[in-house]
Amino acid sequence: MLPRIHGFDSGLFNEFRRLEQEMDQLFGAGFWPNTMRSVANDNIPPINVGVTPEQVDLYLFAAGVNPEELDISINDNRLSIKGERHVERDDGLNYFRKERYDGAFHKVVTLPDDVDADKVEARYDNGVLHIVIQRRESSKPRQITVQ
Amino acid sequence: MSTSKEITKQDLQPQQRRELPQRSIRPNVDILEDETGITLRADLPGVTKQGLDIQVDNETLSIDGKAEIDTPEAMQALYADVCATRYQRSFSLSSELDGDKAEANLKDGVLSLRIPKREQYQPRKIEIRNG
Repeated sequence: MLPRIHGFDSGLFNEFRRLEQEMDQLFGAGFWPNTMRSVANDNIPPINVGVTPEQVDLYLFAAGVNPEELDISINDNRLSIKGERHVERDDGLNYFRKERYDGAFHKVVTLPDDVDADKVEARYDNGVLHIVIQRRESSKPRQITVQ
Repeated sequence: MSTSKEITKQDLQPQQRRELPQRSIRPNVDILEDETGITLRADLPGVTKQGLDIQVDNETLSIDGKAEIDTPEAMQALYADVCATRYQRSFSLSSELDGDKAEANLKDGVLSLRIPKREQYQPRKIEIRNG
């Protein structure tokens, strides 16, 4: 059996990882030199964020998550996604690879200032959580007619 | 002949060029073995049944999945952990595994693939008769 290098089941480890992620969010990734923990600090689950003048689209790539266990909240322009993935593993069996993350995650994303916290929609399809947040009218580019 | 024609035609499609087909993600997997076979689970978020291609060829198992992510036109990326929409990974299969009998299941972006061992490698219980 391969040694357990991820060890996501350790609560202390998770706390360190969370701290590191929060630091990354404050100072930008790469602020800290790579430590041994960077093996697992893989920004899990990964996210993508895109913008159009009308809306902000956020994608969380989290396969095998029960959408009912996701806790999504928005406070001003800070979007928080909490969730947990339960990977069924039988310790009596011989694992050759154990790369899939298991356990709780918490992501906090700072969105553009003009998002409308009342207009948020979320869908979970094929393992991708897609959140659409509308932006306020005032921030959309407007055509100004010259008189 | 017709196949080679098709390939050239596809290569020229501008859409495929924009998708940068050479970039792909190596999906994370769990692989476990029990007495009767091997089970592989892979994280392929965004991949649908139609976009998934699994092949067993010359004792090589290859997984090729295309994620379908619904993005608005004119969207500008603000932040991206994921920079490709294709997952690719292959494994060599040992000869006791019967790739022809592999069964795959895809749910919520998680692929579960079960490959049984060939019959002669399956555990056999030997019954003891009363003397």
